[in-house]
Amino acid sequence: MHVISSPPPDQTSAQERLRIALQDGLPLSPRPYQALAQQCGLSEQDVIEALLTWEQSRLTRRFGIVINHHKIGYTSNAMVVWEVADSEVNRLGAAISRTGLVSLCYQRRPDGPDWPYNLYCMLHGKSREEVLQRLQRLKTQCGLQDTPCAVLFSLRQYKQCGGRYAHKRPSAPVKEAL
Amino acid sequence: MTAQPIHPHATGRITHDSSDYQLDSVDRRLINTLQIGFPICDEPYAAVASELDISETDLLERLQRLLHTGYLTRFGPFYHAERLGGGLTLAAMEIPAHDVERVTAAINRHAEVAHNYERDHALNLWFVVATEKPEHIDAVLTAIALESGYPVHNLPKQREFYVGLHFHA
Repeated sequence: MHVISSPPPDQTSAQERLRIALQDGLPLSPRPYQALAQQCGLSEQDVIEALLTWEQSRLTRRFGIVINHHKIGYTSNAMVVWEVADSEVNRLGAAISRTGLVSLCYQRRPDGPDWPYNLYCMLHGKSREEVLQRLQRLKTQCGLQDTPCAVLFSLRQYKQCGGRYAHKRPSAPVKEAL
Repeated sequence: MTAQPIHPHATGRITHDSSDYQLDSVDRRLINTLQIGFPICDEPYAAVASELDISETDLLERLQRLLHTGYLTRFGPFYHAERLGGGLTLAAMEIPAHDVERVTAAINRHAEVAHNYERDHALNLWFVVATEKPEHIDAVLTAIALESGYPVHNLPKQREFYVGLHFHA
């Protein structure tokens, strides 16, 4: 008897198929991991284990929804950038994160005398006034009153395809990139 | 420069902002809950529905509706992009008002550009570039600088302190 069998798919390609299957989001059916499993030729248990492993190894942060924050009323969004001493970045980054006033906080490489800012955070509100009030609270709580900073409100969004993770081209993880 | 309304998808994915669907209290609870996480188990929707004290069918219908009406843009995993092995950076350019449309078009032609925002600052165009290989970032930024005729600031992330995009609905 001649059996033509394809080689067993290796782990990498199975994971890759799963990542591609997830690009459009989780299926909206009672057993979504089973639906994904069928798409990638895995078992439901394989999918669940792979996703748990991704979470444990911090390949993924979490599962969940991305909301359109403009649509629920958060129409004012500002990126606030600070110029802080290298020795202060870690302390201030942690302090800003703890306030609960920001959605993101990153250290980024400064770029010459025109752009000395190295600590970034994102503030949101239902009006510019609300965002600026939050900024005042942030400054007070973190002792940033005298730290050089710039406030960049978003005016227009020209392109948004974040969250889609083509296997060839990972994209940014957040709704409003910072 | 005055603030203008955000147009979330001048060139991006189509959502349905024109919908006048209004959230009810269950939708709001659902949104607040699912921003935190989603279970990985055989019947995750049943688990969430039970937590929200609604039926699984009701939950699935609501999710469908919230996606369709554009309240939710996506439902799935969030990756640590840098752990996928690709390149990722934030770039910024200072473009005079009369040239913003042309330069924006030049930037957005690149498939590697994921987000592109105009901000209220001299450095006014801000975009995220994601490439398959880290070493390709420079090529994309160089191409954009050449095509647009303006310099590009490359502002890669050095450390992440906090990511928690939670909005109270």
